[in-house]
Amino acid sequence: MKLRERLQAWRYNLVPDHLIGEILTKRWTDNAIPFLALIITVATFGSIIPGFFQLYSLQESTRQLGEFSLVVIGLTVVMLGGGIDLAVGSIFALSAFSAVATFFILEQPVWVALLASLATGLAFGAVNGYLIGFLRLRAFITTLVTFIIGRALYDILIVAHGSKIQMSFVSSDTWDFIGDGTFLGISVPIWSAIVLAVVTHVALTRSRPGWHVLAVGGSRRSAHNAGIQVRLTVFFTYVFSGLCSALAGFLIATRLSGAGPGTGGGLEILALTAAVVGGNSLGGGRGSVVKGLMGAIIVLVLTNGLIRLGYGTGTNQMVLGILLAVAVTIDIRWLKNRHKVLNEVYVAPVYLRMGEPQSAVPGSGTPYALNNKLSEAEHIGLGELEGPEDVILDRNDNLYCGTRHGEIIRFFAPDYTRSEVFAHIGGFPLGLAFDADGNLITCVGAMGLYAISPDGKVTRLSAETARSWTSVNDDARLRDPNDLDIAQDGKIYFTDSTKRYDAHDWALDSIENRGTGRLLVYDPADGSTKTLLDGYRYTNGVCMAHDNKSLFFSESWRCRIHRYWLEGPKAGTAECVIKDMPGYTDNINRASDGTYWMAWLGMRTPSFDLSLRHPSMRKRMTRRLPQDEWLFPNINTGGVVKFDENFNIVRTMADLSGVSHPMVTSMREHKGELFIGGILNNRIGRFRIEGADPTWDANTAYWGTRT
Amino acid sequence: MGGSAGVFLRNLNQERIVLVVALAVFVAAMVGLPGFLTAGNLIAIVRSIAVLGILAFGMSVVIIGRGIDLSMVAVMAMSVAWYLQLLGDGMPDYQAFALVLGGVLAIGLVNGFLVAYADVPAIFVTLASGSFVFGYVRSQLISSDAVPVPDGHWVELLGGLRFLGVPVEVYLFLALAALVFVFLRFTVWGRYVYYAGDNPVAARNIGIPVRPMLLLRYALSAVTAFLAGLLTAASLHSINTRVVNSTLLYDIVLVAVIGGIGLSGGKGGVRNVLVGAALIGILLNAMTIIDIPLLYQNLIKSTILLAAIIVDGLLNPRDEQTAQQGDI
Repeated sequence: MKLRERLQAWRYNLVPDHLIGEILTKRWTDNAIPFLALIITVATFGSIIPGFFQLYSLQESTRQLGEFSLVVIGLTVVMLGGGIDLAVGSIFALSAFSAVATFFILEQPVWVALLASLATGLAFGAVNGYLIGFLRLRAFITTLVTFIIGRALYDILIVAHGSKIQMSFVSSDTWDFIGDGTFLGISVPIWSAIVLAVVTHVALTRSRPGWHVLAVGGSRRSAHNAGIQVRLTVFFTYVFSGLCSALAGFLIATRLSGAGPGTGGGLEILALTAAVVGGNSLGGGRGSVVKGLMGAIIVLVLTNGLIRLGYGTGTNQMVLGILLAVAVTIDIRWLKNRHKVLNEVYVAPVYLRMGEPQSAVPGSGTPYALNNKLSEAEHIGLGELEGPEDVILDRNDNLYCGTRHGEIIRFFAPDYTRSEVFAHIGGFPLGLAFDADGNLITCVGAMGLYAISPDGKVTRLSAETARSWTSVNDDARLRDPNDLDIAQDGKIYFTDSTKRYDAHDWALDSIENRGTGRLLVYDPADGSTKTLLDGYRYTNGVCMAHDNKSLFFSESWRCRIHRYWLEGPKAGTAECVIKDMPGYTDNINRASDGTYWMAWLGMRTPSFDLSLRHPSMRKRMTRRLPQDEWLFPNINTGGVVKFDENFNIVRTMADLSGVSHPMVTSMREHKGELFIGGILNNRIGRFRIEGADPTWDANTAYWGTRT
Repeated sequence: MGGSAGVFLRNLNQERIVLVVALAVFVAAMVGLPGFLTAGNLIAIVRSIAVLGILAFGMSVVIIGRGIDLSMVAVMAMSVAWYLQLLGDGMPDYQAFALVLGGVLAIGLVNGFLVAYADVPAIFVTLASGSFVFGYVRSQLISSDAVPVPDGHWVELLGGLRFLGVPVEVYLFLALAALVFVFLRFTVWGRYVYYAGDNPVAARNIGIPVRPMLLLRYALSAVTAFLAGLLTAASLHSINTRVVNSTLLYDIVLVAVIGGIGLSGGKGGVRNVLVGAALIGILLNAMTIIDIPLLYQNLIKSTILLAAIIVDGLLNPRDEQTAQQGDI
């Protein structure tokens, strides 16, 4: 048993399972499969075909690659916009014909031939764009038909004028250079493909029109509702694709100095396969130029390789058919099941053996023994509030709390029956604190650290910290800012509970139990945020010690309280001061008698403690059971404890009836009374503390008296 | 709105328009083209559209169920080519036939499976499978582009059969029309095709086996293609696999769409195919009599198809609410 448990501990604490899930959340993993396919294809054919990597061979095949890439880039943009363009083959052929006809028959200069090509592509693309964008026809069938029309036109033209082109004696150095020459050792088609790829990539990722294309492809209706001109955007994707194919057609015209019946034949299925094999999604919105280029290289190397290896007629079609079917199926299945896979692997629990706690059973005689004291609390805002995680009072005795609806509510002294929305933030305000100037500082779940001036103006102080070097998940973002307190020099110390889950998924974080909680500091002097400590299991409450030389913070899932030294010989280090509490620790606040109040959001249970020693069981649980049957920390009974400077437990209170304050996440002492909040509660409790100083208030204790 | 003109306009749909156009073209050709209205030419028209019409029946059943089968021509040509190749290699007839029929069914089922169970859009599945079927059979199973029918084989005899002076494929076409009509109109599964095509999600919710039915439809269209291929080989005494690269596929879609079978599914029936086939048959025949070159015929046909698709798009606009992501 012992050995088995130790093996489990090693298995789950040393193997970084969580990285798989974190890597899968990255969008670049979409590129991994095509990239692997690219490496395998190039390596295979490179080793089978003699002379594959020789300069001349490369230069010849890269000319073709350049032209093909141009076509694929155009198709990729159309696909990103949620459409498809099968007419590329016809546009390509017709543009090539325009170029050679202008150059050889009409005997015009090269730039006119280029313009003729582009005009052909523009016109053809505009027709496609009009039909699909404005008339909203089905892209696939429509471009298939325009492809046939284009092909029929091309066949007629090439039969009528093919011989004239062949007999022409026109020649031009520019024409020959484009078709034959190299610049810096790289051919013109490759240069054009590189330039177009870079420009398109930048446009898609960093410009408004590019974002519009992606938005339309991602969700047409949302894009329309957001005010994007959907039809015009779709129209322009086809025009762009037409221009790309036209440029490619011009290049092949210069390379072959002619156009034959086979020009552009089968290009539509080649380009389509390339775009899909590269990983561009059919529905639109997902994909990139790089994916298109990877697909182009894979498909071209494969088809050319098969030809050079001497496989007969039809082999290419067979391979393309398989490739297209497999790539489309993978794309659809992956898109559909990605989040399922992610859910399966993301939760990666670790092993923890919790220390044996002192009993909290009522009447057990320990300092932790729960009683029914809190059920005597009066209620404030019953039924009006949802989720007052933290509560705080200002110098005029008004009471503030955050709510689930993203607001900060102010209750007016002295009876707290009247209330108003003090500020609307939009995220769930958790921890609250007043600074020296009376600004209310709050940690907003999933958003960051915000300040609200006395007249209700909201300013963001911080939403990110420095990213750590080894992180896979972006840990610069504040994922779950939870509680804060303010030092005498104005620095704001606050906690960010987890790096792996959003605030509402706190239960998953507790089940995983991985230490990713942080303590951070925000310096108002220069606006910087720094990470002080990392690797705690759900850092939660923060409170400055009475002497301001250190601060306390709680670690919820380990039921511990730590002290972080701000000055003195241990400055910058942390030590655990109370461990193995019987409840999950939450906010900490000062008490009037030089001690500290601390909330328990819930009491530990032997069953969950046991499950922490069985990570494999918890992993199975999250995979196979519906969420409401999961075992996670008890939140039905919490309480309030009071500890002194020597970390003795002075007092423990709870509501055993479970009616008023089943879970407690915060409490604030003010003028002899204790105000109690709970993140899942529907009220604030008001509890008279016998023997407490009826004049003490925290604002004075922190910032001195003021008018 | 009053009188018979109002009633006429209200009842005007694509099928009737096309019927009127077909009749008008017929009358025009009758008057303007010498030799059009001879028994021989009329039989030639019916004969030319028999194979096209049979293919269009297979395609229509798939389209009514909100799908499309772009692999039909590849299956048609390649299955028969393989069959004839096997016969030429000396395999017993029943064995070769069973093998090829099995292969055809397999392709249909794979198409249906990928569409039904992998949720891949039909248009991609069948484009890919068409390419695969052509490539695989051409590169692995047969040795040349055209495969002849062995002398004295029943396929050859089939091509020569006449009944009352009309080639046998015309009767086959009419028989198939009756069969498909009965299937779509009077059988439960036939009605299911319409329900699934009209609203797949609702059909599934009321308990129709939508996915197995998809398999059935693609298998049906593959078998229809095989039959059409046999008839083609019967009349030409060989099969040329280059037909895969021709515009035949688009002619099939043209017949279905121009007759009024909406690409968005759930609409149309046998009558629409008959009307569409009649119009296309008369047009092709007239163009041949006028001696329009084949290249121009292709241009004209594809332009008509585009017009038909535009009209179809205007009459049956895509429903943005139920159109699925990736349904392009």
